[in-house]
This record gives sequence, structure tokens and C-alpha cells, in this order.
Amino acid sequence: MKLDSKVPEGALAEKWTKYKSSMPLVAPNNKRRLEVIVVGTGLAGASAAATMGELGYNVKCFTFHDSPRRAHSIAAQGGINAAKNYQNDGDSVFRLFYDTIKGGDYRSREANVHRLAEVSTDIIDQCTAQGVPFAREYGGLLANRSFGGVQVSRTFYARGQTGQQLLIGAYQALSRQIAKGSVDMYNRHEMLDLVKVDGKARGIITRNLVTGELERFSAHAVVLATGGYGNVYYLSTNAMNSNVSAGWRAVRRGALMANPCYNQIHPTCIPVSGDYQSKLTLMSESLRNDGRIWVPKSKEDAQAIKEGRKTALDIVEEDRDYYLERRYPAFGNLVPRDVASRAAKVACDEGNGVAPTGLGVFLDFSSAIQRYGLQEANSRGLSTDDTNVTKLGKEIIKNKYGNLFQMYEKISGENPYERPMKIYPAIHYTMGGIWVDYNLETNVPGLFAIGEANFSDHGANRLGASALMQGLADGYFVLPYTIGNFLSTQIRTDKIANDTPEFIQAEKDVKERLQGLIDINGNQSVESFHKKLGKIIWENGGMSRNETGLKKGIAEVRALRDEFYKDVYVPGTISEFNPELEKAARVADFMELGETLLFDALNRNESCGGHFREESVSDEGEAKRDDNNYTYVAAWEWNDGQDPKVHKEKLKFDNVELKTRSYK
Amino acid sequence: MKLNLKIWRQSGPNDKGYFDMHSVEANEHMSFLEMLDVLNEQLISEKKDPIAFAHDCREGICGTCNLVIDGRPHGPQKGTTTCQLHMRQYKDDDTIVIEPFRATAFPIIKDLVVDRSSLDGVIQAGGYISVNTGQAVDANAIPVEQEVAADAFDSATCIGCGACIAACPNGSAMLFTSAKVSHLGKLPQGKVEHKKRVQNMVAQMDKEGFGLCSNVGACEAECPKEISLDNIAFMNRAFIGSVLTTED
Repeated sequence: MKLDSKVPEGALAEKWTKYKSSMPLVAPNNKRRLEVIVVGTGLAGASAAATMGELGYNVKCFTFHDSPRRAHSIAAQGGINAAKNYQNDGDSVFRLFYDTIKGGDYRSREANVHRLAEVSTDIIDQCTAQGVPFAREYGGLLANRSFGGVQVSRTFYARGQTGQQLLIGAYQALSRQIAKGSVDMYNRHEMLDLVKVDGKARGIITRNLVTGELERFSAHAVVLATGGYGNVYYLSTNAMNSNVSAGWRAVRRGALMANPCYNQIHPTCIPVSGDYQSKLTLMSESLRNDGRIWVPKSKEDAQAIKEGRKTALDIVEEDRDYYLERRYPAFGNLVPRDVASRAAKVACDEGNGVAPTGLGVFLDFSSAIQRYGLQEANSRGLSTDDTNVTKLGKEIIKNKYGNLFQMYEKISGENPYERPMKIYPAIHYTMGGIWVDYNLETNVPGLFAIGEANFSDHGANRLGASALMQGLADGYFVLPYTIGNFLSTQIRTDKIANDTPEFIQAEKDVKERLQGLIDINGNQSVESFHKKLGKIIWENGGMSRNETGLKKGIAEVRALRDEFYKDVYVPGTISEFNPELEKAARVADFMELGETLLFDALNRNESCGGHFREESVSDEGEAKRDDNNYTYVAAWEWNDGQDPKVHKEKLKFDNVELKTRSYK
Repeated sequence: MKLNLKIWRQSGPNDKGYFDMHSVEANEHMSFLEMLDVLNEQLISEKKDPIAFAHDCREGICGTCNLVIDGRPHGPQKGTTTCQLHMRQYKDDDTIVIEPFRATAFPIIKDLVVDRSSLDGVIQAGGYISVNTGQAVDANAIPVEQEVAADAFDSATCIGCGACIAACPNGSAMLFTSAKVSHLGKLPQGKVEHKKRVQNMVAQMDKEGFGLCSNVGACEAECPKEISLDNIAFMNRAFIGSVLTTED
């Protein structure tokens, strides 16, 4: 299979503008006759469905949630990047493009990333017009902050709830189209299969999660906006119901899963506290601006803290190892996410971790409290005795991070103003996803993938505040245009019937698959399989990977899959409200995706971005890329349970020079 | 700690519900929903029907979780959603009563899961600013005073969980609706449609089966995002004003 990226000719900065102006259009009278299915209502799905509705297409939009306002985009805290250069600090479209390519460790497509940087500015205009209450300066103009180690302030934000406000904006735009009748909204409908007719994507099979009824929906094109697959690790910062099934079902029907080993592990999450734990909670990356990360120098001290015989306060300054400041003096606590995460793992693997499980490091604000307190006391001419300085310093920290400190205290029961927080890395975002070309179309004609569900823009590592940007870029400003390329060839195609043999067969397949899960009638819960799967993937395909572990992981996943199909217990029936059945089908798909993830990690014998292979390190033990052999996208084809097949799209860099990332 | 749980069970919207007693072994670090996960694993291992409850992000922002715990929507802790409530609030041998959000406009689907699409209906009636993709002017073309933006934000922070409605003896959606009316109506971008929006959303609220407001104030007290009653006052003023000044 040849993967054609369909990147238009011409200079990088002109590709999108020229392409947009020369793309075939669909006339309004034809738009009314064309139907498009959008699966998912996060930032990408809601914005795409709303925009296509505005353009005059007939849109059918699906979510498994009870309302299109709930997708996990809502939980994004930090912000959204845009090359507005409102701060006059030298930002530009090219700089945002360059930072994104470099941050992704040179494993993304130049043309897609440049387009993303170009449309970023329109997103801010659109969202502001919708009523998104971005932070503002005293003069009433929009405020920015810097984020994720870049040198300009280009991040727009809405307190610590940027994702929520942007999603509500898109949800409202979608609601307006629903009211107008241009979008038919199907809540609590889960896509369980993709239907192809004559090789083209023509519809989906859904299950009504309230009644259990299976339904066939047809359209001229299908758009997947179904998010990431972080929950393959069981514990992640994703929502409980986030899953890969819609995308994976498309892979089972011929789409390709690209770079599934590129996963982002976020360094600042609250550590796991016990076996019952269902998810991990992220603490915003902004905390690293003021917090210092350390573990005790001696294993004895670490052991004493784990057992509760000592606390952080008993460890004197000389006995603390501020390992990021030691290893990376230039960036210190502000190294990128992947570097900070691996360093925490190294410290804990060496036995210096501090949480009861041994998997945790301290994030300490005491220096910041002293520093801010002293500044404040001096500038206000107040007493600089210890008590007063600490009091003033705590006030400053509260103003900056109050809501995060409160959230930490609710979850951990510890007061972070008095004692350092304990943090540990957790899976947060997946850069890999369905392979798409420049039009965001997959290798299956008529099937598109947008937002976190595709692989296209972040390479091997995503920069902070870029996920929201990509979701909305795809949904508002890219897909609604590029889908016209395909739809303009469909204007002579009548409404697609949903009672053809292809649809009937697909519905039958789904029914048999679901009934099969119930008929196993074994003894182990779905949850217990998900936990075991997560453990295998985390241990062998987590922060650090090697050949032996990956091969072992693949064998273990396969064994687990066999066990699952022999011994899982799913209560109830398929024709009723049955959350356990929903979970079972999702976990079954996670097992197949998980195996593919490990194959991808095994194939890529280089370290890049979030993917760290122990076999590929520099003399100093840092990640080492292998540009000669791995400057390609690995797109995996499902092979009926046998080893998946890889297809390669060579990445060409005409506008940037490939360099080694260094943070020393 | 061992806990006694008195949980509402109901197999479908038209079935008769009842309270069922369960006991579960929990620890103080668990979240409330993790405690229910433990109970469900226990029930599944006994091949019994697990308890259906709604949840998703477990970070207090998606608005999916919706339990009435000992008579209070989202439980005893102020400004906290069910998913953010932790078991250190409880002690050994406590008995906890768990029910779904109850309101005429929220029919029960199963056990503790309710249908809140009526809230989407209210938003669809006008809870938006009519701007198509691509029509926007530059974001800095219209400055917005910092206090105005902050004020609008306080209203926009609503997570659409429906606790205000469950808390209200009349099942009124005034706090939910007024939060949206205030969010959009206070911003210059949303002022153009303000009057029409208020009228349409208020009319839809009635159509969806929400009750009338009698100024009890329970909505504000139970709101996990601490949305203020001032929003209702703002909407009432806007509503009366719009009825007096528009022609249709």
C-alpha cells in the first residue's frame, strides 16, 4: 500500500492558501443533498459538525455521552496556543510552526503543522466571538502567558478551565445548528462498526445505550472525532469512558493506526494510592514554574518516608536531590514533559521514590514561598521575620495556584502549603492515531479523522496548549473545507440506503460480537481485565521501552486476550442499558490496539519524543534519535490477529533542519 | 472502614424503585465513586446486577456524575461534585443514603442514572451567540473590561450537572438558565441577541417541564461550582425588560 500524503505543491507558507482557493467547491443546492456523519462531540467533533451544518450539509452527529457538552476536551486546564503576536514578542506563524515541529522531535508532517499554525489565529477570533471568556488585561484586551518552555507568550487561557470554556463555545455553536435542524444529534449512541460500500465509508452501526437497540446510519462521508486511546493504560488522566473503539473498528475495516507508540506522559499528576484507583488526576504544568522537584538522596530516608516514619520536612537541604536541577542545569524544573517524566521514573526505579507505593517525587513550594514572601515584605516595607515572610509567600502562591492546591488537598488529604506535594507521571495524551493525509482523509475513501483521533500534527511529542488548538483547527477551519474535495465527487450519488447487504451484514456482526461477550459467562470482571492490560502496557510500553520487555508484553497481551474470551463475565443482556457490556467491547478493542502499540514501539528502535528506547541513548544517557532510519510515519494495518503489518510514509523536511533537542 | 449503603434501585423509567441495602469495605483515600466501583466489583463477582451510576471525567468538570448523598445533591462538601468527594469525609459503620437527582424533567433511566437532555433543550432554544465559523472579527477588536469578563466567567463556569434542579423543591432550572443568560448577556458579543435569548430560553424551560422559581435558594447552596443567585436576579430583570420592550 502506498501512503500518499497529498501535500500540495508550492512554498510551505503558500500551500494552504493556494490549495484552499483551488479546491473544488460543492454548490449550496448540492450541499443540501449530501449527508455527513460526525462521531464524537469534543472540540474537534462539535466544531466540525457545527461548521458543516452552517455550510448547509446534512449532518448526523453522535456521542456516547448523555449530552454533547461532556467530552473530555472539557477537562483541559492550561490554554490554547495561537500565533497572534499580541504581545509583540516576536511570535509568528513560522515560529509556532517551528516550535511544534521541534517539540514533536521532527516526526510530524511539515505542511500539516504549518497549516495548523496559520489557522491558529482564526480560532481565537472565532471563540471570542462565541463568548468564550478568555483572560483579559486591565485595558480589556486579551491576556497571554507562556507555556511549556517556549520563548514567547502565545497561550490564551480561561482561568484553569480553558478546555471547558472552548468546548462550551463549540457545544453552543452545535446547539444552534441542532435547533435549526441542520444537525441531527444522537446522544447516548455508541459507534460499534464502520460500514463500507464499494470501498468507501458510507455509514456506521450504533448501539443506543439506553435501549440497547442497534441502528444503521448511512451518509456520503464519515468523520471520526473520537479522541485518544490513553485508557489502554487503564490508569490515565483521560475520562473513564474515553476509548478507542470507534477508531479501532475503522482500523478493523481497513484504516491504518499511525504511530501508536507516541504517547505523552505528563510529569505532574497525583500518584496512585491503591489498587481500587480508577483514574489519575493531572496538576497543571504551570506548577513547575514555582515548584522544585526532589527526592531524598539516601534510600534509607526514602524508605522512612514511605513507611511514614519521616516526612519531607525531616530531610535537611543537604540530603535532598533536586535531580532535574542537577541533571539539566539550563532548564532545571522546566524541562519538557517527556524529559521530566523519565527523570522521575529513574529516581523512583533507583529506590528513592517517596509515595507509599515508592512511585512518587516531591514538588516543593517552600523556596518559592520564601522568595515571594521576602519580595513582598521588602516591597511593602513589612517585617522580614520568618513567620511574616512565610505568611506573605503563602498568599502569593495562593493567588497563583489556589484552585490547584485546593484540588490536591481534596484528593490527597494533605495540605500542600505546609508539605511538598507528591507527584508522579501519568499517561495524558496520545499523539498517535488514525493515519490521515493532508485532507484529513484516511486511506479509506470518504472516512476522515480529526482532533486527537488522528496522528497528524504533534509528531512524537505534543507541546503544552496545542491539543485544543489542533482540535479546533481541524473542526472549524480545515475539515469543513477539505471534505469538499471528496464530497464534490459525490454530488451525483443519491442518498445512501441503509438496508443494503453491507449494512445488514455489519449490524449482524456487531450483534454477534456483543452477544458473544455475554455468552462467555466466565468468572472475571471486565474491569479486572482492563487493569491487567493496563499494567502490561505500562510496564512494557510506558515511559521506557526495550526489546525484551516489548516482546514479553506482546506475548502477555495475547495471552490475556485468550483468557478474556474464555473467562470474562458480562452481566445482563445486549438489549438493555448495560454499562458493563459497553466496557467489555471497549476493553476487547483496547487489547488489540495495545498489542499494536507494542509492535510499533518494538519496530521503532530509536528514542524520539515520548518514545524512549533504552537501546537508543547518547553517551550521557539521553534520548537519541535515528534520523537515517526512522524519519517516517509507521502506519499499522490490522492483520486478523496475526502480527500487524507496517506501512511507511517517509517524512520530508524542506524548511527546518533536524537537530538534537538539548536541555542541559 | 465498613460502610452501610442504602441505594436506590430502579430497573427502568416506568418501573417502581426501591432502596436496597449493601455494605462495602472502603478506605479513606478512595473517592466516593471508587467506593461504588468496589461495591460493583463485589456484586459482579457474586453475579448480581451492578449499580448503574453516571460518571466520566472524575475531575469535577464534565458534569456527568449526579448523586444525591444523604439528601444533598453531590453530597455534604460545599463546592464539590460527587466525583471529587472522598471517603475521608466518612467513618467506620456510617450509613449513607444514595439516590439519583430527582426532578420531573429528569426521568430515571436506571438506578442512579437520569436523562438530562432537557438541559440541552434549554441551550438549543437560544443559549448561544449567532456567529458562523469565519464571520468573527479580530479578537482584540472589541475590548471587554476585565471585571465584566470575570463576571461573565463566573456564570460560564456552570458544568450543566443539574444539581440546582435536583436541589429545588419545584425542580426549577432558573439557576442553570440564568447562568447562561448572564454569561452571554454580559459580554458585548452576546448583547445583540440578549432580549430574544432570554424570552426563548425561559419559554423552553417551561416546555421542558422545569418548575417555577420560588426563591428558595437551595440551588445556589448545592451548586458544585457555587454559581450565584445574582444570575437569577439578572435574568428576571432582563426578562421583564424584554417583555416590555419587544413587539412580538
